[in-house]
Amino acid sequence: MAAITTTALVKEYPGGVRGVDGVDVTIAHGEFFALLGPSGCGKTTLLRSIAGLEAITEGTLHIGERDVTNAEPGERGVAMVFQDYALFPHMDVADNIAYPLKIRKVRREARRAKAVSVADGLALDGLSERRPAQLSGGQQQRVALARAVATEPDVLLLDEPLSNLDARLRLEARTFLKELQRDLGVTTVFVTHDQAEALALADRIAVMRSGRLQQIGTPQEIFQRPVNTFVASFIGSTPMNLVETEVHEGALRIGEGSAPLPEGVRVPEGKAVVWGARPEYLRWSTGQVAVGIPGEVSVTENLGAATLVSVVSGDTRLQLVVAEEDAPEPGDRGWVEASPRRSLVFDAATTERI
Amino acid sequence: MTTTTAPTTERRTAAPAAVGRRTARKFVVRVLFVVAMVLVGFFFALPLAWLVTQPFSSTPTMTVGWPDWTLDNFSVLAENPYALRSIGNSLVLGLGTVAVVVTLGSLAAYALSRVRVPGRDGLLYALLLLSSVVTGTAAMVPLFQLMVATGLVNTRTGVVLALSGGVLPTVIFILKDFMDSIPRSYEESARLYGARPGQILRHVVVPIARPGLAFVAVWALVQVWGNFLLPYILLRSPEAQPAAVIMYTFYTESGQADLSLISAFSLVFSVPVILMYFLVNRRYGFRFHGGIKS
Amino acid sequence: MSLATASTQPGRTRRRPADVAGLGRVGAGAFMAPALALIGLFLIFPALWTIYLGMTDYRLTGLAAGDPQLVGLDNYTDVLSDAAFWRSLRLTLAFVLLSGVLGQTLLGFSVAWGLRRLRPWAKTVVETLVLAAWVVPTSVGAFLWLALLDRRDGTLNRILDTPGTAWLIEYPMASVIVFNIWVGTAFSMLLFSSALGAVPPSQLESARMAGASTWQQLRDVVIPNIRGHILTNTLLITLWTFNTFSPYLLTAGGPNGRSEILPVYIYRTAIPGGQLGVGAAISLLMLLINLVIALGYMRIGRERKRSS
Repeated sequence: MAAITTTALVKEYPGGVRGVDGVDVTIAHGEFFALLGPSGCGKTTLLRSIAGLEAITEGTLHIGERDVTNAEPGERGVAMVFQDYALFPHMDVADNIAYPLKIRKVRREARRAKAVSVADGLALDGLSERRPAQLSGGQQQRVALARAVATEPDVLLLDEPLSNLDARLRLEARTFLKELQRDLGVTTVFVTHDQAEALALADRIAVMRSGRLQQIGTPQEIFQRPVNTFVASFIGSTPMNLVETEVHEGALRIGEGSAPLPEGVRVPEGKAVVWGARPEYLRWSTGQVAVGIPGEVSVTENLGAATLVSVVSGDTRLQLVVAEEDAPEPGDRGWVEASPRRSLVFDAATTERI
Repeated sequence: MTTTTAPTTERRTAAPAAVGRRTARKFVVRVLFVVAMVLVGFFFALPLAWLVTQPFSSTPTMTVGWPDWTLDNFSVLAENPYALRSIGNSLVLGLGTVAVVVTLGSLAAYALSRVRVPGRDGLLYALLLLSSVVTGTAAMVPLFQLMVATGLVNTRTGVVLALSGGVLPTVIFILKDFMDSIPRSYEESARLYGARPGQILRHVVVPIARPGLAFVAVWALVQVWGNFLLPYILLRSPEAQPAAVIMYTFYTESGQADLSLISAFSLVFSVPVILMYFLVNRRYGFRFHGGIKS
Repeated sequence: MSLATASTQPGRTRRRPADVAGLGRVGAGAFMAPALALIGLFLIFPALWTIYLGMTDYRLTGLAAGDPQLVGLDNYTDVLSDAAFWRSLRLTLAFVLLSGVLGQTLLGFSVAWGLRRLRPWAKTVVETLVLAAWVVPTSVGAFLWLALLDRRDGTLNRILDTPGTAWLIEYPMASVIVFNIWVGTAFSMLLFSSALGAVPPSQLESARMAGASTWQQLRDVVIPNIRGHILTNTLLITLWTFNTFSPYLLTAGGPNGRSEILPVYIYRTAIPGGQLGVGAAISLLMLLINLVIALGYMRIGRERKRSS
């Protein structure tokens, strides 16, 4: 069992700055786990703490059954792929992949053979004799991966694995990575600031901010049931509509209209809340609706197969995604309708979801 | 296809005893490392310790020892005509070289930077090569002869020219590099207003290039301040000798070395260049241009 | 009338200078002339004149001073058959190897490597000390060592409890070598400090994660990454150590020529010895050796620039 468990993990730098501030997380064996958050949230620090490249100040770290809080990086059974791949420029591909085996004193022929077989498994056939500088970005990434998996580690760590690739390559590499992890079955933790990437790849995601965990959950949970406004606004390709308002007669006043309370949520009358609804879950109606928000379209942005429509209602601006056939024009008037099953309400003071 | 059985990669488990041993070893290694660094520091500090202690002792000796903190030696220094005059000479030689080198060097560097002179790269390459090859030591004989032949031997002018010749190639290199990084738009706008090259240089380029020029000036001064060989062979009369040579004669020629004089003199002679060096280093960092130090 | 017409009129061959300041080739030439003249006169000319001088019997005083004769290659044969020359060459070789290539390079690298693991204040202290040794004028540095190694009052004898040991007389080469290491290490330290800083930390961390020890990291990541720097450093140090005159200030080549490296040999032959022709001949040899080393350095520098 090579699960990863941290208990109240703290990484404090001289001067008192806490890169990681009391994190408890349990990553299951074989899971593809994402650490997600904006720059400076502590995700990379946490990853490096798991790797052993940062010394843990407080708390413990277990990999499998072993307490590795103070163990050397080389003996945790952990392998890591760095953002810049860190391939040794003076060694060829096979020697790069075989390097960890060389440290473990595997004989030359054996380790080169292993390196070549691992390389073949990662679509690097025939490139074993090349130097890193002669490879493309995607190939370099796979060599770095090969080096990491050549030792059959218990845990695989990836630091922003896709950020050095250009946009087109990134999507291919994403699929490749997901398949690879599934085939290897190794517990994988990866760091990213790109929420789309995390949603696409991970079995579970941990959203972090300022060294603290905000929420851990499956992509679905994080997307549909964010635990606070930070997570709600961080996740999602189009930003969630967040409107401060109050409860009034069992509904929420939004702009010049109102929206229903989310299903199964009870909020006292007059309470200050933040209403949240994703643009993808709002509906545009040209005809009057029972509970809706009337407004005028200000701008539309073409998203390809859909349109992002900005609607102004009073002094509130909302955005919604409309299928291209139904897209309105700027200046059109209509109603924005929210679904009780797809709306969220957050406490205005604590920002937590109610 | 034969499959080579992959050797079982030994998993290094962190057993508690092993961790304990390793921590102990790491501690020992760290201690040894600190000891080594202290020894290194000591090696470099020990001779320097004399320089900061004995000048302030009323009875300076060759041994490093805690002084009683008096300034008597400096008055001995002040009363010695040769000593003070030699520092003046060092200044003359130094500032003279700086003047020559900065003027000629900036003109040449500017031309090389802005105009596509044929063979420019080859010229720079040759300059760098020259200055590395024709060192003071290797050229001491022909330089001596040259000075004799031109009547410049035993003149400070001759020494300034010889020193300048040695330092100039590197100065041109540094300045050209520096000027390359000055955007041309300043000069272009000046030219649009009708300014001629000399005016452009004076009104626009020099003011902007001042930090680079200052750096080079200080650098050249530091290079030349302690130069021993050229003044030693080219100057005969003690009145013209710079401090580097006079210092040497103080402790070799006068039988029993007068440590009061020497200690104070060493300090006064060293402090300017130490200050200048660290000033430049603080401001500009240390840059390598195949820099020559005699 | 617009300026444009001036250059398009037929018959006008004078082109406006294309450069930013309007110097043109002629102006550029004028700007470069004084500097080039100085360099030509005081750098190039002496180097070339040595060839001629080395073939005369110029002397400082006496008959040949006023009326030197061409003696062809006699000076060279004289020098090459002089035992003192060969001894000087051997000493110089040992000096360059031990003080420069081994001493300064190894110490400079070790200090640069060690500095990275020191606390900031300790780092500053060590760096400053090493640099101060380099910056202090040579005459002063030599005297500091003279004082340190003094037979009666030298601090070294006090520390090691070896009273009466005249280091400069009993171990002249060792003293001179150590002195030169003391003076010169700063350059290597600075060069390697910046070279080590340029090694990507992720490569070191990769090696560390693969389980490599410090020594293995040095061997597999650091040294391959700074190979070029090691080479250029070695060549430069070789060149400078070969040409340094500072040992003269310590031992003046003595006792009895036991520390007479080539620069000192040339000086003593030419000036106190008065044999300028012979001195010039050896100087030429020195220039040629310098040339070989410097060309090597340039070649490596160019290749590295091309491949980076």
